[in-house]
Amino acid sequence: MTCPRTEVIGAHVPVLTLGDVLLVTVQGDLDDQTAEYLRQDITRAVAETTATGVVIDVSGVEVVDSFLGRVLADIAATVKLLAARTVVAGIRPAVAITLVELGLTLPGLCTALHVEQALRLLREPSGTHRGAHPRQGGV
Amino acid sequence: MRVPEHETEAQWSPSREVGDFLRRFREQIAQRWADATLFRTVFTVSRDEAVEACKVVIDALSVVAASERIEDIEAPGFAVVREQLGRMSASHVRMGRTPAQIANEVAALRVPVTELLAAESRDLPTERVQRTTLALTVLMGTLRLAVMETTLTEGEELIDRQRQQLLEFATPVIKLWDGIVAVPLIGTLDSARSQVVMESLLEAVVAQQARFAILDITGVPTVDTLVAQHLMKTVAAARLMGAECIVSGIRPAIAQTIVHLGIDLGSVVTRATLADALAFTLQRQGTGAAVGVSAEVDPT
Repeated sequence: MTCPRTEVIGAHVPVLTLGDVLLVTVQGDLDDQTAEYLRQDITRAVAETTATGVVIDVSGVEVVDSFLGRVLADIAATVKLLAARTVVAGIRPAVAITLVELGLTLPGLCTALHVEQALRLLREPSGTHRGAHPRQGGV
Repeated sequence: MRVPEHETEAQWSPSREVGDFLRRFREQIAQRWADATLFRTVFTVSRDEAVEACKVVIDALSVVAASERIEDIEAPGFAVVREQLGRMSASHVRMGRTPAQIANEVAALRVPVTELLAAESRDLPTERVQRTTLALTVLMGTLRLAVMETTLTEGEELIDRQRQQLLEFATPVIKLWDGIVAVPLIGTLDSARSQVVMESLLEAVVAQQARFAILDITGVPTVDTLVAQHLMKTVAAARLMGAECIVSGIRPAIAQTIVHLGIDLGSVVTRATLADALAFTLQRQGTGAAVGVSAEVDPT
């Protein structure tokens, strides 16, 4: 998906450090290059800091494609390898429906309604996730 | 229908002649039409009312004929006809008549008029009478078409309205508790409905900031692979948004069907009844004890 509206293609998304949690807020449509940067930036940030959790806030994203869905799943898998947990917060109804229709149920991904719930989720010991089921949720 | 220039009278046209004829014999035609089945079955009480209704139609037809648009059902005069006859055909439909019967009744209006025309224009040149009769027949044919169009459109509108109402009625999202919403599904789930269910449920999850969504399928008569797939999709979409989805109200017969079909609902939390599902969600929210819900041991 190209992004003709924004002049800057492949902009970096800021990664904020809140204690031992990294907060990434994605605004607008993500083009492929930005998604690629996002993956690299988050991986590097998790490796360099002592972060144990990553919250990706996608409440500002209105359009997704299969690539973005895969990038999110990839980020979660990569972060897990670095001994941290990923929670994707604020997926919009339309986006959720699109992902499901594309067959991307993202079974390994932790999700939360909003950033606050995501942070609460990360504070709980792992394995007792409440809001989301990290179990297989295939269609 | 454009009329070729007449050699002797340049201004003469069969459709204007018809319009003239309808105006002149308005009273006689109305009297004859009032006895026709189409009008008699609607205006059972008063014959005068039927005559009045006939006159309205005749006036409208003569306007159409005068404007020489006898083949054009969009002609302005037909708007009145549509309104008048539309109401009548609607009451005919309510009486259980088929569109074909109504079409026949409208066609029956043609005979008295053509007879009257033939009787009145006996001393006119044959060619002129023929063309006038033809124009009148065309006009009556167009009338029939206009009535049929009205009848069918009304039926379609009714069906559309009811379908829309059904969709609205069928998918209410109920807030059961703080952060818990439920959708009691009633009736057969098809693709369109399950799409509406999914959308309204997800919208409610956002609006209520709900962490739990309960899909109650007590009212769903049968579950096949397609319905199960729809359920799974809804559950998956809700999960993506950060809400946990519970399916409740699976009846024994349906549970057996699901197992027989080999559908794997393993990833979906299921409960026997809506009450069980509510108890489960309250427990997960940690408020179960506070509201006095029996603390049944939950294996999940």
